[in-house]
Amino acid sequence: MDIVLAITVGGLYAAGIFMMLRRNVVKLLIGLGLLSHAANLLIFTAGRLVRGRVAVIPAGETQPLTIVADPLPQALILTAIVISFAVLAFTLVLIYRTIQTLGTDDLDQLRATDT
Amino acid sequence: MNAQVAVVLPIVLPLATMTVLLLTWKSIVAQKVIGVVGSTLLLMSATALLWLVARHNILVLQVGSWPAPFGITLVADRLSSIMVMLAGLMAFAVSVYSLATIDDRRVAFGFHPLVQLLLMGVCGAFLTGDLFNLYVWFEVMLIASFVLLTLGGERGQLEGAIKYVALNLISSAVFLAAIGVIYAATGTLNMADLALKLRSFPDQNVVSVLAMLFLIAFGTKAAVFPLFFWLPASYHTPPVAVSAIFAGLLTKVGVYSLMRAFTLLFVTELEFTHNLLLLIAGLTMVTGVLGAMAQSEIRRILSFHIVSQIGYMLMGLALFTPLALAGSVFYIIHHIVVKTNLFLIGGMIEQRFGTGLLAKSGGLYRSAPVLATLFFLAAMSLAGVPPLSGFFAKMTLIRGGLEAERYAIVVAALVVSLLTLFSMTKIWTEAFWKPAPVDAATDVRLGDQSWTDRFFLCGPTILLTTITVGIGVMAGPVMDAALAASEQLLDQNAYIEAVLSVGSRESTRP
Repeated sequence: MDIVLAITVGGLYAAGIFMMLRRNVVKLLIGLGLLSHAANLLIFTAGRLVRGRVAVIPAGETQPLTIVADPLPQALILTAIVISFAVLAFTLVLIYRTIQTLGTDDLDQLRATDT
Repeated sequence: MNAQVAVVLPIVLPLATMTVLLLTWKSIVAQKVIGVVGSTLLLMSATALLWLVARHNILVLQVGSWPAPFGITLVADRLSSIMVMLAGLMAFAVSVYSLATIDDRRVAFGFHPLVQLLLMGVCGAFLTGDLFNLYVWFEVMLIASFVLLTLGGERGQLEGAIKYVALNLISSAVFLAAIGVIYAATGTLNMADLALKLRSFPDQNVVSVLAMLFLIAFGTKAAVFPLFFWLPASYHTPPVAVSAIFAGLLTKVGVYSLMRAFTLLFVTELEFTHNLLLLIAGLTMVTGVLGAMAQSEIRRILSFHIVSQIGYMLMGLALFTPLALAGSVFYIIHHIVVKTNLFLIGGMIEQRFGTGLLAKSGGLYRSAPVLATLFFLAAMSLAGVPPLSGFFAKMTLIRGGLEAERYAIVVAALVVSLLTLFSMTKIWTEAFWKPAPVDAATDVRLGDQSWTDRFFLCGPTILLTTITVGIGVMAGPVMDAALAASEQLLDQNAYIEAVLSVGSRESTRP
């Protein structure tokens, strides 16, 4: 299972970076989204993949009896998903406004503030 | 007052101010008044924190009383308290300045609540002792800065914002991935606990890989070579008050994080990591200043100088001796005050001529002698002319470099300093000495400005210039504070003990 997720994460990173290298701003946004998904999946994989065991320590014990998946990374991802959702929503509006104001979706045309 | 409450106040106060501001959304007067009051409160709480940390060394607050490696820890050591203090000072100066420069439309769209949100993120990043929490504060700060940058929706703003947003989001994604990998490797995200575990980590190559991931993540935020391109593309687009607070605080959060990571976490492979940092520091200095020389617009020149000066701050960190690190801390103190001040002054020049283009301005030495004096003092301090603050900051760094026998970086620092002086002279001769061009917009605004507006414009710059001169004249006490901060940074055990023992005292039950 780990290897499948590892390949998925790598694929997502590759696809994300590829999309960001395109000239269209909308593709840039898709690339950013893929990149944050890749990071989230990476953390998920880091938290160990174990099926069907509850990460609850029984009463009277100080550590889990069997190997369980670490619940903390999953909590981290939840936070990260919420944040990336908000940020991507903002970026979407930004891109919409930019296309409206500048009349182009080509990143190569956005040169006015360059140095 | 309980000392630990002081640690959380710089985060809670902006949040409270923001809440009140959102409730009084409809009144522009209330927005302005409450915004300034909130920033003043933040400055007061930051001063209290600085004083308390000077007495207690390290203040630790375990949020929700969860013991150390399990809960979120807030830590205020000397460096954090200095940074929070500077954030409070800049917040105060910029919110007063914004009263005269930010138009009512932007205020009505929530300028003041956003500034408070930004300050909450910045102070949170300075005070947290947990990596994931640092990520969250980064995002709080980023989302506030995104909106502040685009508020108003002018062409240039939107264009600059796309670059700023895209590159900062990439750096956040790298940061998040780095957090995932470091958690997989060590099983903890508490910085003190991480410092302990990384020290005895079996495979130091993994630690180096992690160090590089964090270097890219924090380096992008700090605008180091070659990751700085978002900064000069965006910092000159928003209103001046926004540029000024960005220039003062945002990149410095990145520098602070680099300092924290490379003094506390990644100190086992110094040969590799810190030599790389030194190389980056040199290249950042040189490319930044060369970029500035090619520009002909005030805020673009100043933006490139931010990049160049990030190099100086990294130089002290890379040399990793107590003196050099103290130089870095001193440089950050000096830089935040002077840079914000120069942006505020640049804004006043832009306001007079309706543009920041040097070719279209001139004659200010005659028409605005007070402004000329303020600019001269700030610019000379930036270039490092004695007896102003920049001189002592650079001298400490260069002494640190000489003692560590790293002559190449010393030469780079001196040459860049000279080029900075050249670049400041360019603004001086163009905007102040040269007679105003015939087609320039005359000082139309001067007569229109009410005395309150003039007070709001000049008050903060006079305050910041006084501080710059004050740091130069009273360099001794500031230097002592910087040295104490750097010694504390190099004494990792004290930090670890302060964080972990507070937790273990409460978690003694089985």
